[in-house]
Amino acid sequence: MSITTAVEARDVVKIYGKGTQAVHALNGVSLSIRAGEFFTLLGPSGCGKTTLLRCIAGFETPTSGAILLSERDITAAPPNQRPVNTVFQSYALFPHMTVAENVGFGLQMQGKRRVEVASTVSRMLALVKLDTLADRKPQQLSGGQQQRVALARALAPAPEVLLLDEPLSALDLKLRKEMQGELKRLQHETGITFVFVTHDQEEALTMSDRIGVMQSGNLLQIGSPRDIYNRPVNRFVADFIGETNFLTGTVENGSVRLRSGEVVAAPVDGRSGTLTLTVRPEQVRIVAEPAPGDLPATVRDITYFGTDTHCQLQLNDGTQVVARLQSPPSGETGLEPGALVNLRLTQGAVQVLGD
Amino acid sequence: MSIATESGRSRQTARNGWLLSLPALVLLTIGAAGPLLIVLVYSFMEKGQYTGVTGNFSLQAWFEVLFRRDIFDGTVSLADAHLTILWRSVRLSFLTTLITFGLGLPTAWFIATRPAQSRAFWLFLITIPFWTNLLIRTFAIMEVIRNEGLLNTALLAMGVIEQPIQILYTDTAVLIGMAYVYLPLMVLPLFAAIDRFDFKLLEAGYDLYASRWALLRRVVMPIIRPGIIAGSILVFVPSLGAYVTPRVLGGGTNMMIGNFIELQFGQGRNWPLGSALSMVLLTVVMAALLVYVRVSSRNDAHG
Amino acid sequence: MAEVTKPFSVTALPGFGAIAATAFVLLYAPIITLVIYSFNASNSVNVWGGFSLHWYEVAWQNAAVQDAAIRSLIIAASAAVVATTVATMAALGTTRRGRFKGQTLIYVLINQPLMVPEIVTAVALLIMFGAIRAVTGIQGLGYVILAHSAFCVPFAYLPIRARLEGMDIALEVAAADLYATPWQTFRHVTLPLMAPGVLAGAMLAFVISLDDVIITEFVKSAGQDTLPTYMLGQMRRAITPEVNAISTTLLALTVILLTGFFLITPKRS
Repeated sequence: MSITTAVEARDVVKIYGKGTQAVHALNGVSLSIRAGEFFTLLGPSGCGKTTLLRCIAGFETPTSGAILLSERDITAAPPNQRPVNTVFQSYALFPHMTVAENVGFGLQMQGKRRVEVASTVSRMLALVKLDTLADRKPQQLSGGQQQRVALARALAPAPEVLLLDEPLSALDLKLRKEMQGELKRLQHETGITFVFVTHDQEEALTMSDRIGVMQSGNLLQIGSPRDIYNRPVNRFVADFIGETNFLTGTVENGSVRLRSGEVVAAPVDGRSGTLTLTVRPEQVRIVAEPAPGDLPATVRDITYFGTDTHCQLQLNDGTQVVARLQSPPSGETGLEPGALVNLRLTQGAVQVLGD
Repeated sequence: MSIATESGRSRQTARNGWLLSLPALVLLTIGAAGPLLIVLVYSFMEKGQYTGVTGNFSLQAWFEVLFRRDIFDGTVSLADAHLTILWRSVRLSFLTTLITFGLGLPTAWFIATRPAQSRAFWLFLITIPFWTNLLIRTFAIMEVIRNEGLLNTALLAMGVIEQPIQILYTDTAVLIGMAYVYLPLMVLPLFAAIDRFDFKLLEAGYDLYASRWALLRRVVMPIIRPGIIAGSILVFVPSLGAYVTPRVLGGGTNMMIGNFIELQFGQGRNWPLGSALSMVLLTVVMAALLVYVRVSSRNDAHG
Repeated sequence: MAEVTKPFSVTALPGFGAIAATAFVLLYAPIITLVIYSFNASNSVNVWGGFSLHWYEVAWQNAAVQDAAIRSLIIAASAAVVATTVATMAALGTTRRGRFKGQTLIYVLINQPLMVPEIVTAVALLIMFGAIRAVTGIQGLGYVILAHSAFCVPFAYLPIRARLEGMDIALEVAAADLYATPWQTFRHVTLPLMAPGVLAGAMLAFVISLDDVIITEFVKSAGQDTLPTYMLGQMRRAITPEVNAISTTLLALTVILLTGFFLITPKRS
């Protein structure tokens, strides 16, 4: 099965302004998005993810670099000539048109006949479950309903790629979770390539086939949610996604001697000198019988989270470590602040960070 | 406390409000509103021999607004001269509105799409002509369009024409003058409407394959419609009642209602007719303003 | 890889930039021409004879112009004072009180000059003042000043009202809390805070009065020319650049006053 590339960015640079005031929004970003995948651009505000999205849509023109759509160079094409549609963060629904007119707008602009427009519109509204609201104006709808209209409007012209710019950020938590499921479903049903922008890492992890993590105009890592989570490439990615622990140590005979004295196994790969290790809290277990490679630690605090219990611990050198345990059936871990315990890091779960 | 105190206090508030406003109300009643009543009364009076009225009731003036009675055989017919003037006023005001819209929409759009810092500057630039003396502006246009003026001299020098085009003292001159004078009045409400316009909607439109023209027609115009109506009325109404511009640029011949009214109080020596015509003008203006108020309050309701 | 292309502009509309530029040019070209030719040494209005202040001298020394100018200033100053005082009181009476009965009527009356065509007001005043003159025999500038004061009221009222509405009522409540009587609150808190609005209103009223043509033309007696009515008279005869000079001077005065007005009024964010 060949994988076709839906969208490709080649060394895209975007600079706003000139001289000392210049803002470097994108510093030579390159990536390939596969046809039919749900791809998420993830990063904090100002990282450039929205700028990149707008370059794909055509609202921004890269200072240098290229944007390709199904192998065609569209860098110079205006947005109304790109078979790409956008769901805006503020929805941008036309207030003077009904829901049906909004959804049919793109089709009308493409010159489709009225009959075809009408049938596609009703199909789209059924897809997002808004058929009964076809004649309402956007102001009369709730936030969640407006969001679905925006979605239907963008899907109606059957674009090659659908761009979504933080579309769920204005919704409350429950609605947001619901819509996350909806979006996944829609993407599977339509098979259209989705490019999703968000700063919410949990959202990215649950919805995406692949994630591109960005920071300060740079693309740091692309991978599946599992890859990003378990094998973060640098400190920023590790810290941004989920919770993690950082341990400092030096390379010694293919392993790493921590600052606190113990030696742990880690994929050193020919590196030397000081490096940073990362291990997820759920990969840190508290064991009864110490074995070589275990880390002695003192319990500082226990927090009960229902299904999980978080345990804040301190190593010999003062390094703080968090362990996430599944809460025992009784709810009591039997651990007290001040208790001395031993920590075991799951085999293969320790990552070495670049950077 | 007690309800009596509440309403007592609000009565006090209302009374103080009225008291404070009283000087203004008195001044305006004597100096503006009151005299209008006198005009109304005069329109129902018989005209005096040389000037003023005789004090007898008569509907003659109202009759004369539209009709005339042939002095020889008594037949009633439409007063062509009057109708020509009325028609010219309506026609020129309408055309002025169209021209100012054609020029004003792009100008308002331009100002509204400037970065925030320079926008105040461009607005200032539009308002200066607005506050400049009407006479000065009319005179300035006159200097441009007269036979020895800027326009004709330029066209002659370029060889486009061989003789100066007579623009001054024609309907066209009045039209040019009014469009020039009232352009800022069209730009400002349009600017206000465009300023409120959500430009993200343009992005959405382009995203959905609209051309620039389609966007203008299907998205921009419907949404700024209240501004279009406001601007149109703000131009149409003063154009209708224009006096200085048609007098200076139209000479004595291309009269509009305002000049015609003045005539009745001057050489025409028909004060009742002048009063009746004034009432007609006032009524039309009030009607247009009512439309304006209705439209803008409906616009506010939409938010 | 890709050549540098013209960036896509969301807000650009076809031809709008060109038309806007044309509009600005058309708007200012006549005025600028008028100003330039006020410095024309020659007598004609389209042949440039060299730079000269000749016509300014002529205007300055013209007794009729001096007379008209002084009269204009007197009328404008008087009308501005009267209109502003009256408008200030009215503004205090109509703002921040919540709705009360008859408020709309007050608004309509105060803003009436903005709604009624000037020609109608002019003939109305002509009739009324004519009758009063005939009966009482009183001549003089009073009629003109009265008329100007009346139609200047809305122009003074609007900025003052805007200023009042923007004022934080908490300040006056605080003053009352600190034992100030209503008069003291007014004198020491309300009035100083209102001052920029009052000043702006006065300036606006002054400009409007200075510029008035129609009402003055109808209400004045013979020999009571203001600058605009003098110029109107001149326009029926042979036109010399003297009119340009007077116009330019008036224009300069208006621009200065307007700039002051813009600087005083707070910018709406």
